[in-house]
Formats: sequence, structure tokens, C-alpha cells
Amino acid sequence: MIQYLTFLTRCFRLSFVGDWRYYLWMLFLSIVALLGLNAYCKQFVHGLATTGMTDQVSWGLYIANFTYLVGMAAAAVMLVIPVYIYRNRDLHNLVIFGELFAVAAIIMALLFVTVDLGRPERFHHLMLRFNFPISMLTWDVIVLNGYLLLNLHICGYLIYCAYCRRKPGKFFYYPFVFIAIAWAISIHTVTAFLYSGLGGRPFWNSAVIAPRFLASAFAAGPAFLILTLQVIRSTTDYTISDRALLTLRNIVTIAMTINMFLLGCEVFTEFYTDSAHVASAKYLFTGLGPHRGLVPWIWTAIGLNTVALLLLYLPVSRGLQFLNFACVMLIIGVWIEKGMGLIVPAFIPTPLGEIVEYIPTLNESLVSLGIWAFGLLVYTILVRVTVPVLFGRLSFDREYDPNALPEPLPH
Amino acid sequence: MSVRIWDGPSATLDDPQPPRMTRRSFLRGTTAAAGGLAALVAALNPLREFTQQDEFTLDQFLQKHYKEMTPEDMEKALARIRAEVEKRYGVRPHLRDVKPRAGVEFVYALNLSRCIGCRKCVYACVAENNQSRSPQIQYIRVIEMPRGTLDTEKGNHHYTHPKVPDINHFYMPVQCHQCANPPCVKVCPVEATWQEPDGITVIDYDWCIGCRYCEAACPYWARRFNFAQPDLAGDAINPDMSYLSNRPRPKGVMEKCHFCLHRTREGRLPACLEACPTGARKFGNVLDPNSEVAQILKTKRVFVLKEEVGTLPRFFYYFDERYPNSLDPEAVKIGQAIGCFPGSPAPEALA
Ligand code: SF4
Ligand code: SF4
Repeated sequence: MIQYLTFLTRCFRLSFVGDWRYYLWMLFLSIVALLGLNAYCKQFVHGLATTGMTDQVSWGLYIANFTYLVGMAAAAVMLVIPVYIYRNRDLHNLVIFGELFAVAAIIMALLFVTVDLGRPERFHHLMLRFNFPISMLTWDVIVLNGYLLLNLHICGYLIYCAYCRRKPGKFFYYPFVFIAIAWAISIHTVTAFLYSGLGGRPFWNSAVIAPRFLASAFAAGPAFLILTLQVIRSTTDYTISDRALLTLRNIVTIAMTINMFLLGCEVFTEFYTDSAHVASAKYLFTGLGPHRGLVPWIWTAIGLNTVALLLLYLPVSRGLQFLNFACVMLIIGVWIEKGMGLIVPAFIPTPLGEIVEYIPTLNESLVSLGIWAFGLLVYTILVRVTVPVLFGRLSFDREYDPNALPEPLPH
Repeated sequence: MSVRIWDGPSATLDDPQPPRMTRRSFLRGTTAAAGGLAALVAALNPLREFTQQDEFTLDQFLQKHYKEMTPEDMEKALARIRAEVEKRYGVRPHLRDVKPRAGVEFVYALNLSRCIGCRKCVYACVAENNQSRSPQIQYIRVIEMPRGTLDTEKGNHHYTHPKVPDINHFYMPVQCHQCANPPCVKVCPVEATWQEPDGITVIDYDWCIGCRYCEAACPYWARRFNFAQPDLAGDAINPDMSYLSNRPRPKGVMEKCHFCLHRTREGRLPACLEACPTGARKFGNVLDPNSEVAQILKTKRVFVLKEEVGTLPRFFYYFDERYPNSLDPEAVKIGQAIGCFPGSPAPEALA
């Protein structure tokens, strides 16, 4: 117990140690996070009127980001499956970064739901009267928190074992890894069901939402990891092979292909049928009369995604430059498509046919940026602490020693 | 080959000891911590604008869900709300918790042939139910519909003729349909909204967490959210109020039409019905076979909006014909022209 507390304090202290780039990055993130906090305080005082949301478009940027981040949390599972099921060696020592990212992503997702609430201080009502299993939102609360706990346990356990320089007991984390795989699928499925279960919103009321959700998540999550892993590689001496990155590239390529295919299926069904239900899709892709707010966005997203996918198909993206380029495009493309492109059109037109467009306010955007900054801050700290521990530079028998030679972990 | 981020600035290779706390680093750490704290305080500054809007009282925080309150709990809650209303608006409200009556199921029937789109119901509702005036919250939306469709997407929500009705349109008021299979109730994560035995779907404004999932789920766009603190002047307050209906709402919670349950459960009619100059609105207990609504459901060709979403509304629309088709002279003439007249078997084939 004492040892565990020392571990935590040492980690905490370690998170304040770094070179100027580290400080600069952390300072930047802290400032943005504080700006977000400031904006949220304004929202807390004046209500959600500080956002662009209305009775017509009652969910906006927050829920869009929430949706996207639930997807990103899947990145972990795309590393876990190859490693634990297919025994992929290249990815083996990278899994932990995926899991840590899942932790950060879920924290962000939960924050996004919280800031979306009109009465956040009544959060405990969830504990007192939980409309389970009828409300999909209660399912989401369970699966998201469960996934967070699972990943915290797995990462925490592995890192703590490394700190104690002892071999992790398989029994203590293997079962959880496999539960986490199924659980990761469930967080997407449940989040998709949140939308697709609403009969009054034809744009969402489609069975393809959940699979599309999974596919885009399995593309954007690993794409994000490809980028972060390179950052880790260049700022630490942790070995990350190009082979590992290329394995991830394959995963991204396949997932993105499926995503684009499903998108095509949806577009076909909507537009070929051309029933009264097409209005939202029309608003998204072509605009309804003078109302074209999302049209440039969605076409940007489709453009980015298509170019990214083509790049991924071509051998040039075996080179890291092109691969990174493709990943960046894809992350942005999916963010638009899965975020605003999925949430907002369902509200336009309203079920009574009124058309009111939605534009996020500055305050709302600041809150969102703040949450992102906070999430990245959490992730940076987690990684920052993890690497030395895995290397044995910080362990139970010695204070943090940056110059110690990396020691292999006991296997 | 690479730079290591954890190289503390004071760590050099000939210094085998891990960096220890020196006075310099201590000072630096303190300054940083102080700076961070100051920034945090600055970020939290807007909270100071928080005026105690009677919102965060401990009593309210500890208040139980409506269905779990004992009569004493309810009395306490009512007393608290009365005091709050009086303090805020200077009006002593007649606040109570009106319970549903046994053997009653309310339905609404709206005669589309009569409605002239004057929006009198809309404003009567706002006045009756203590809705926020700015931003104005309205429970009833009257849609101006072109002839030949019931698709509200083709309607106009914001018609502004100096005079209604416009001869080429008909008017379709929409409010909460008090569905018998309400998706809004299904989705609420905290059971802040539920269906009462008399068919009215209500909201406990002290329980709602403001997630707006119900607003997304409602196929009739019947729900309204308090995005800002409702703005309501004391002289606009209707002191006749009940817990589950028109007591003033705080910001950040959902509200909607509740069939004026503080009136209707006590035998009066909804405010919108009383305000309607044409008698297009009919309301009553459908379980009473002699009620007007029961008669209408039996004899008129009623329909519900968006039947396909399966919500089973308790709000019916109908077009009122002068005669049943079989007695309508026009219809009889047309029928005879194609070789059939009322009462005769349908022609076999008109091929
Ligand atoms: S009309 Fe909407 S708010 Fe009213 S009961 Fe039906 S689903 Fe709920
Ligand atoms: S907004 Fe309130 S009533 Fe509606 S689903 Fe959320 S908690 Fe329930």
C-alpha cells in the first residue's frame, strides 16, 4: 500500500519533469484547458444559451465530439486484437499506448457529455433513479465508465508491475484484456444505438449507423496512434519499429475502406429511394434551398477521406511522410463526418419540418477545445510517466534516474 | 539518436545522482505552482456572476424523485417552491400537487376544418403556464399547410399574414400528443419524465438533468428546453399552479405541454381550448362514453400525426364534414354518376 502511494507520488512528481519542449507543450495545453474551463464557467452561470443550440437543433458540437471520441477510444482495441489474438510481435510493446489513449479519450467523452447537461449538479440523480435497461443513455453510462475502469486497471496494473520490476500475473490482466475487447465494441454499438433507436429521426433510424460507427472508429483511432507513436519515438528512446506503424496502416486502410463502402450504401439508400426521409441527408450533402451550412463541411470530409484512402492504397504511404499526411486528413475527415455530419443533420429539418441551422458559438468552441486540451494533457502525462517506468528508470528501488540504461522488463 | 524528454535540466552525465530538489528548482516550482493557481482562479472568475437564483438550495439538492416523495416530503417541497416563487416574483402562488383521477384518460381532438390559425391558443398557453417570455417558450406550434398534404415539412411555421385564415391553406396546431407509447419517456436516463395514469406525460423539473435526449426522441417536436434562465415578470405570473405542470421552471430543464393538468384534473378545460375562438379544440375523458371526445372518436374520421412512428398519440385531428359522405348531396351525385349510390353494393369492377 505504502509502496503504491509512493508510486503515485513519484509518478506525479515525474509528470513535472521534462525538457523545454515538454514544458512548452504542457503550458500550451494548460492554457487552452483553462480557457475552456473559463468558457464553461460562463456557460454554467448563463445556461446553454451560451451555445448555438436551440430547441430545433438541441444537440451540437458537444455531442458530436462525444461521438467522435467514443470512436477514438477504439484505437486501443485495434492494437489489442492483433497482439493478444494474432500474437503480433511488432505491436506487442505498443499496446499500452493504445490503452492509455483509450483512457484519455473516454475521459474526454465523459467530459463532453457532462458539459452538455443543463443541470450537471444533478448528476447523482443517475445513481438514484437509473432508467436501466430502457434508456440507451444509461447503457452508455455503464459501458463508457466500465471501459474506462477496464483500461485503467489494465494499464495501471502493467505499469505498476513494471515499477515493481516483477512479472505481471497473467491472471490479473489477461481476462480483462479480453473483456475489454468485447467491451470496446459495445461502447460503439451502444453509442450508435443511442441515435439509431429514435424512430422520430429518420436520418439516424438506420441499422447501418452502428457498423459505420465501428468502421470509422477503427480507422481514425489507429490513425491517431500512428501519429502519436512517432511523437513518442522521436522524444524518447522507446523503440517503435516502422513495421509496427505499417501494421497499423493496414488496419486503417481496411477500416476506412469499409467505412467508405458503408457511407456509399447510406447515400444510395437515401437518395435513390428519395422518400420524404431524405430531407436531412439532402441538407447534409446538397443543402435545402438557402440552407447549406453543412455542405462545405461534408464535402471537405469526403474529399479528405477519399484522398487519404487513395494515399493509403498507394505504396507511397509506406513512407512515413505520406502516411502521416494521410492520417491527418483521415482524422479530420472522420471528425467532420462522424461528429457534426452525423449529429446535426438529424435535427434539420425538425420533426415538424422547420429548418433552423446550427452554428457553434465561440464559447461553445472554447469549451470543446478546452476539453481536447485537457484530454491531451492527461495523455501526455500518462505517456510521460509510463515510458521511464517501463524502462526501469523509475522503480520501487530507485528514484527517477533519467540516465539509467533501459532495463528489459522481466517476462 | 533521440532526445529524451525526461532529461531534467540539471541532470548531466557526470552527475550520477538523480536531480534533487535544489533551492533554485524549489523556487521555480513554487512560482510555477502559484502562477498555475492564479490562472485557475482567473479561469473560474465567471462563477462570481452567479446570482443565487434560488437554484442551488440544499433542500432542492436533497429532494427525492416525485414518485418517491412521501406526502410530508411533498409538503416540504411545495412550501419551498412557494417561498421561492414569492421571493422571486412577489406573488403568493396557489401551488399544489394535483393527482390524476381514477377512470380518466384525457384525449384532445382538433378540428382542422375549423382552425383558422390565429395562434390565440399559443399565447393563452404561454400565459397560463408561466413560460419564459424571453426567450419566449411556446408549447404549441401552428403550422400553415398547403392543401393536398399532411406532410408538415411542406408547411410554414412562421406565417405572418395580417389576416388569417389564408384561403389556400389550412392550419395545423401541434403540441405534445401525450403519446400512449412515448419515446421521450423511454429514453430519459433518470426517469425525470413519465406517463401518468390519466395519460399525461409529465416532467419533474427538480429531477431533470437537462440531457435533452427526450427532445431528440420526440417525433412531434413537442419538448422545450430552458436554455437560459426563464425571464418572467411578477405581474405575468399565473399563481394557479401545480408541481408537475406550470410552476416556474429553472434554467437547464425540459418542459412541455401537460394538458393543463392543474386545471383539467380539477374539472376545468385547458387554457388553449378556452382561448380558441372557433371551437376547433375539444378535450375530455375518452373513458366516458358520453364525453364529446368519445363521440368525436366514434363518429368523425379522426387521424393522428405520423402514425407510422408508433407512438399512439392521444391527440387526434379530424376534418369536419357537413354530412357523413353517404348523405352528402355532392357525394351522392358523384356516386350515382359512376353507377353506385349510398346503400347499394359497391360496383364490381369499373374497368
Ligand atoms: S408528443 Fe413528444 S413529448 Fe409528447 S408524449 Fe409524445 S413523444 Fe413525448
Ligand atoms: S432532458 Fe430531462 S426529461 Fe429529458 S431525457 Fe434528459 S433528464 Fe429526462
